[in-house]
Amino acid sequence: MTKKIKNLNLNFGPQHPAAHGVLRLILELDGEVVEKADPHIGLLHRGTEKLIENKTYMQAVPYFDRLDYVAPMNQEHAFALAIEKILNIDVPIRAQFIRVMFCEIGRILSHILNVTTQALDVGALTPSLWGFEERETLMTFYERASGSRLHANYFRAGGVHQDLPAGLETDIAKFCKTFPKIINDLENLLTDNRIFKQRNVDIGVVSKEDALDYSFSGVMIRGSGVPWDLRKSQPYDCYDQLEFKIPVGKNGDCYDRYLCRIEEMKESVSIIKQCLAKMEKGPIKTFDGKISPPSKKEIKQSMEALIHHFKLFTEGYRVPKDEIYTAVEAPKGEFGVYLISDGSSKPYKCKIRAPGFSHLQSMDYLIKGHMLADVPAVLGSLDIVFGEVDR
Amino acid sequence: MNNLIDLEKKINSELGTKINKSLIKHNQIYVEIDKEDLIDVTLFIKTNKDTKFRQLIDITVVDYPEETQRFKVVYLFLSHEFNQRIILTYRINENEVISSLTSIFPSANWMEREVFDMYGVNFKDHPDLRRILTDYGFEGHPLRKDFPLTGHTEVRYSEDQKKVINEPVKLEQNYRNFDYESPWEGTKYIKEQTDNNDKKN
Repeated sequence: MTKKIKNLNLNFGPQHPAAHGVLRLILELDGEVVEKADPHIGLLHRGTEKLIENKTYMQAVPYFDRLDYVAPMNQEHAFALAIEKILNIDVPIRAQFIRVMFCEIGRILSHILNVTTQALDVGALTPSLWGFEERETLMTFYERASGSRLHANYFRAGGVHQDLPAGLETDIAKFCKTFPKIINDLENLLTDNRIFKQRNVDIGVVSKEDALDYSFSGVMIRGSGVPWDLRKSQPYDCYDQLEFKIPVGKNGDCYDRYLCRIEEMKESVSIIKQCLAKMEKGPIKTFDGKISPPSKKEIKQSMEALIHHFKLFTEGYRVPKDEIYTAVEAPKGEFGVYLISDGSSKPYKCKIRAPGFSHLQSMDYLIKGHMLADVPAVLGSLDIVFGEVDR
Repeated sequence: MNNLIDLEKKINSELGTKINKSLIKHNQIYVEIDKEDLIDVTLFIKTNKDTKFRQLIDITVVDYPEETQRFKVVYLFLSHEFNQRIILTYRINENEVISSLTSIFPSANWMEREVFDMYGVNFKDHPDLRRILTDYGFEGHPLRKDFPLTGHTEVRYSEDQKKVINEPVKLEQNYRNFDYESPWEGTKYIKEQTDNNDKKN
């Protein structure tokens, strides 16, 4: 007697805790083996690029916080750099150190979230509880510098919005002393953990060639053994004055990517320490009155300063006609902004290149032949945040 | 090819007539080509041992509604080996169909779907050209300049029909787009004043 067997179609998400947001994944299963995965994205699409075209350059900055909302300032950095390159303005050295320091804080924020939730996805609860406490500390640093825990709106073309408040630097330095111990604790829980290894080693293996072909970047490409980091290869701001190592994986599986993230956090702590040591008092944004607003004191004294302040916050500054692609090494990979200016105070076009978009695209390639239970593990190690995938 | 000028020379001499214009700016090389030559040029820069642009970073389109050739298609490539970036562009008309890069770069798949979704540009030989970012059943191409910022329809849950429905956008107040442009030249004196202050200190 023959029986006809049909593959099972399974709808994973969009309301699933392991989908890391609003991912809808249509899985075709043969028993428990995944034959095909078709991610449906766009459930968080807000039309960021369209909105940016209708806002001035300064008003566009907050949209970048809302892309990868786990590491907001890293995105702002790419946009600020793009405008600075077109306007050809220099950023004061203190501002560069502040920006780099907060980008590294963003990297730690993002990696803690990723490592601990990946552990959560494969069954370990404790790391996330420990990790989130540290994230909270880091977000208070965000709040003290910018006034808000998540959506910072802190970086400006030509520097940062305001100087660090008194005492913040010492508190960040204190954090740098205590945090390595927390990383160690996390590692004690996970790195040699039998269950964690069983769920991650040799899962979602990416070869070097495929990592290139699928436009991988960041940890996804370093995990596969390609030593590529934009902070080293195309240094921006003051990264060329800092010393840090680029951790590279060997096997390209989920476990190696986890190890890379842990090592990167340690490097980030060292970068923050160096920034704090090298930071000196000084201006935190460019003096160019065409781009940065006059100080409060000046506004009180001078009518013209008041007018210019008003014009800067209504019309905004104008950016000459040009086109440019700038990329930064965001925690998730290469985050790029392709900016076309037309001489007015609004961008003509601003294409956002989100690393997560190309990573998620390879889901079908990564998961084919794996078990259904491996889907959350692979998804977790891709480090997907829907703010940036859907834009 | 360790520097951009050599790279520009190399591309111009090897590809000759296929390159319409090349330019080095912001440490990147901008190359204009013809629509028909896309596959040839891409294959060349990907495989040639002196260029090795092994990674496709992004594909996008820029909309210029008032020009005869409305869309500018943009391809960004990265070469890890030589640490260089190249930007390929060509112009097309509104209803032209262009070739897909999916056979050369698998990652082009979603990028082209996004371009199709946002701008309505069609790709030849694309394995799976569906909308990607917009809602199921969406009409129109949102990133075109003639698509209004507020959109055409809005979504709400209808208590009568017991389902989510689309209806034309009703706004309490229209989107206001003020024209702030003025011949303002910025504030030279502030810069001078701060410079003077610095000197005093």
